[in-house]
Amino acid sequence: MNAQPIHFKPSEGFRARSKAVVDNPFLRQSFRGAMDFLMSKRAAQFPDDEELQSLRSLGEAIRQYNLAKLPELLERLEANLTRNGVQVHWAETPDEANAIILGICQRHSAKLMVKGKSMVSEEIELNHAAEAAGIGALESDMGEYIVQLANEKPSHIIMPAIHKTKEEIARLFADKVLGVDYTDNVDALIQIGRNVLRQKFLEADIGLSGVNFAVAETGTLCLVENEGNGRMCTTAPPIHIAITGIEKIVEKLEHVPPLLSLLTRSATGQNISTYFNMISSPRKPGEKDGPEEVHLVLLDNGRSQAYADEQLRKTLQCIRCGACMNHCPVYTRIGGHAYGTTYPGPIGKIISPHMLGLEATSSMATASSLCGACGEVCPVKIPIPELLMRLREEAFSKPHADPVMRGQGAGYSRLMTSVWRSWAAVYRSPALYGVVTWLGSRFGWLMPSKQGAWTSVRVPLKPAPKRLRDMLRERG
Amino acid sequence: MSARDRILGNLRKNQPSTAKSLPDVASWFAGHRPVESGAEKVARFRHFIELAHAEVHAVTADNWLDTLHAALKTRGIDRLLVAEGTPHGEVALDELPPRGVECSVYDMAIEAWKSEMFNATPASLTAARAAIAETGTLILWPDALEPRLMSLVPPVHVVLLDATKIYNTFYEAMTAEGWQDGLPTNSLLISGPSKTADIQQTLAYGAHGPKELIVLLLEGEQ
Repeated sequence: MNAQPIHFKPSEGFRARSKAVVDNPFLRQSFRGAMDFLMSKRAAQFPDDEELQSLRSLGEAIRQYNLAKLPELLERLEANLTRNGVQVHWAETPDEANAIILGICQRHSAKLMVKGKSMVSEEIELNHAAEAAGIGALESDMGEYIVQLANEKPSHIIMPAIHKTKEEIARLFADKVLGVDYTDNVDALIQIGRNVLRQKFLEADIGLSGVNFAVAETGTLCLVENEGNGRMCTTAPPIHIAITGIEKIVEKLEHVPPLLSLLTRSATGQNISTYFNMISSPRKPGEKDGPEEVHLVLLDNGRSQAYADEQLRKTLQCIRCGACMNHCPVYTRIGGHAYGTTYPGPIGKIISPHMLGLEATSSMATASSLCGACGEVCPVKIPIPELLMRLREEAFSKPHADPVMRGQGAGYSRLMTSVWRSWAAVYRSPALYGVVTWLGSRFGWLMPSKQGAWTSVRVPLKPAPKRLRDMLRERG
Repeated sequence: MSARDRILGNLRKNQPSTAKSLPDVASWFAGHRPVESGAEKVARFRHFIELAHAEVHAVTADNWLDTLHAALKTRGIDRLLVAEGTPHGEVALDELPPRGVECSVYDMAIEAWKSEMFNATPASLTAARAAIAETGTLILWPDALEPRLMSLVPPVHVVLLDATKIYNTFYEAMTAEGWQDGLPTNSLLISGPSKTADIQQTLAYGAHGPKELIVLLLEGEQ
């Protein structure tokens, strides 16, 4: 379906892409409107602050408890799923995950795979790999379907087509869907998507899905959704393949209700999603539907690096609700595509460096005002601003032997470091500070009148002709 | 070394040496969620599932079939998929055809009639196992008699719910029923008809699953 692969771009184009969005009033309006909508929906779900804060603390405790036992829980999940008849596969890299999934497809001579919403499948760029192998991969979440038709990538992890207006979607459907006339009636547009995709659910050989929670004690895969396409993908085709990051695991089933409540209320402001789908096995003898085979692919892709120490490990507490991006002043202004990574916004800034290395992502952590909104709304209390500071340190400090993170020091510049060192020295020594400010007050006229981006909308910066200490001395 | 061994090895290398204490989920729910009477739970369940656009009818053992019949007739539906071998399915099979509603049954594996299921099955009737008041949620455990696609593919899904089987919370439902000791092939929470807000945050019903969810709330003699 996609004409050509669009690979995730490294961070060097970040500034240009951000500027393009900031300069586009329609996109800015789309994001501003959508984020305001999502923020108010979330706020309405948490009228009682004590309830919210205690539930966040419980959510955090559950995620940390489970991460502390991660290797044992992965083994237990594997054992219980295997006992239930689900086949478990392990992949360290996106290429390995694609090879496993396409291998299953090829063994069954599959031609069409329908996909439920899965950010991990975006992370491994499964659609392109499938296409290269001659297998059709069709997105079935309405937002994902729209984005795929437009040959784009999701701009938000929960609402993939949030950057598009209904008129753009109407035009897209009229151009790309056979036998459809232009309509910008939302119900009619959804009906068009429904009709196209129903036929595909009926025909598909493979259904692919993500996983919201994997429960170790029962061997159960849980999926959260509103549309029913996730249930379609996991029920109608003869084979179901689920893919998940290794961190999405809980030991006990009772860990699920608090996390589910935090997830749906934080993500879309719903007290619960329309469907919560718990899958524990393939079709059993005597059952009349459901896939004959169920597979689970466990993907690492840098997560074990994030597991390296207690601070970075908190990155893995994430339950992918998207509240951090909804509340982020940077995301709201530049949108999801500017980041050039699968996961945009604050969570994208702290998880992507583990997936792609700091060489490609060194500037991501700097695109933050550190206002703290992301950390404040995070349902599992990930200290995102603290992690952004840590990643700045990792990216810009002098490269050293045996770093925790791949690409540590990728943004290091000797010049920049010495400039900041000198700055620090000046501010530490009153005598030196006196000399430098005296020079500033005497030779301020030497400052250029053009000072890059600053003077495009402001008057040039110039040191004051009189130092503060001189003014104080004059006053006596 | 396999990918599995390398991943587990990397994790073990950095695993914290001390375990965290088990989070106390039970006491959070005890402190933050009310335990309500039967009538209160019915009211709460009904409020939330109606908010999610489901249609709820209070019925009795004597009149539920009339209500079902009327709901189908007002929609111009004359064909219903029912589960043979269940009490409610057998009643529907006996009594609906003479009143002008043809009943089909899910008596063979889906592969034999997938196209008919997708293209010529306008409505279905299933039972709910239980429900949840807190969120207005139905609990379904599809099985050989009422398979998974029955509550998903037909555009209208009618659910029969015994009003005495409403739990306060999801947590209460799973702990009271001992779900941690084993779950079926598929278990479901359903909280309204299928919906999406993926086009400009505009809510639209009937995305991929049922466009309408009708709940027949079976209340005993008061």
